[in-house]
Amino acid sequence: MCWAVPAKIVEIDGDVGKVELSGTSRQVGLQLIADPHVGDYVLIHAGFAIQKVDEEEAHKTLDLLAEMFEAAGPNHEVRR
Amino acid sequence: MKFVDEFRNIEAARELAAGIGRAVDSLPDARRLRFMEVCGGHTMAIHRFGIPHLLPDVVELLSGPGCPVCVTPTTYLDRALELGRRDGAVLATFGDLYRVPGSQSSLEDAVADGLDVRVVYSATDAVQIALEAPEREVIFLAIGFETTAPGTAATIRQARAEGAGNFRVLSGHKTMPPALKALVDSPSVALDGLILPGHVSTIIGTEPYEFLARDYGIACCVTGFEPTDVLLGILSLVRQLVEGKPRVDNQYRRAARDAGNPLARDAVAEVFEPADSQWRGLGMIPASGLAVRAEWQEHSVDPPDPDVPSQEHEVCRCTEVLRGLVRPVECPLFGKACTPDSPVGACMVSSEGACAASYKYGEARRGHD
Repeated sequence: MCWAVPAKIVEIDGDVGKVELSGTSRQVGLQLIADPHVGDYVLIHAGFAIQKVDEEEAHKTLDLLAEMFEAAGPNHEVRR
Repeated sequence: MKFVDEFRNIEAARELAAGIGRAVDSLPDARRLRFMEVCGGHTMAIHRFGIPHLLPDVVELLSGPGCPVCVTPTTYLDRALELGRRDGAVLATFGDLYRVPGSQSSLEDAVADGLDVRVVYSATDAVQIALEAPEREVIFLAIGFETTAPGTAATIRQARAEGAGNFRVLSGHKTMPPALKALVDSPSVALDGLILPGHVSTIIGTEPYEFLARDYGIACCVTGFEPTDVLLGILSLVRQLVEGKPRVDNQYRRAARDAGNPLARDAVAEVFEPADSQWRGLGMIPASGLAVRAEWQEHSVDPPDPDVPSQEHEVCRCTEVLRGLVRPVECPLFGKACTPDSPVGACMVSSEGACAASYKYGEARRGHD
């Protein structure tokens, strides 16, 4: 039940934001996150944005996976 | 980047699994490793992506008490049904709770008896119902952990601001750290590691779990829900054991900051206060629930007595499944009298329950044979 999915904010009107989610758009509450901006990726849970997604941290994790591949041998490549 | 597919790369998953194998081989002593995934979302992901098939035989994964629907006691449902029957209130609920049996009936059964039960996606939908029908009392069945409680808090504030005096909450919210403390204090399975719920940590961060590593020597890792997230979490646990230094690692930093989300925690603290709470499987745990503060009482209905235990089916073993003591297939009802179409216990009702996930994806876990 604690499921949350990443979605991009496309519009903001006060405490309410419109996000794009799997090709559809949905209204969500933005009261629980600091300083939301159009273009931000946020995690959506039960109608509320509960946290911003940190793109830099996402890349760090993917870089870590890529490093594991390099350590494993030359024929590996991590899809980005 | 959409932050989903990138973390589902099968080659990366295989490489991580090989890394886990190498880490296991470097453990100073050859032994079974028992890791518990606490969150129902992890239970689903582990089954869905066939994670156990990728792991060395010695790694055993157990499900814990992290499916909110599964740990909601029958007394909570009985209380909701009483409010619907006695007072004619509209009951607004998340779909997950709709079919869970109370001691006598479920919300679904009650609809057949004429109760007005509405399935909502968000607590704010329930406020909308209240605004459109000011003559009716609308009771939102607020269950869920730290991930969900901030939305309920924001909704209670919204109800006051918009004058929805007929909107009330039956709080069944619960918090994770006290439950994990109760679990590790109880004479149950000795755990080597905990895969901690990533979306709970988007709100509470990592600090509330530190006692598990410090006082109990359990390796901990907060992680996400894609296959490479889960495997990175397991790799972290094994590495902590190899180093002999249990801690609370975070492999889900893209979503869960170590400090969590202070704004969401403030919303919860403004509207709720800690209260004793009854858990299916774990019993009453002091200060493990959230009760609406006196200042917001006009938007609250009294929850059930936390000291009254949940009434369980006499054969169903859900309460042991929730503590990792038995696997779903060890219950005599599993797959026979109890299936997702005709569930007996809560762990089969919720798609995140250990029994439902086992049934849907097959019993693929190690350590049972």
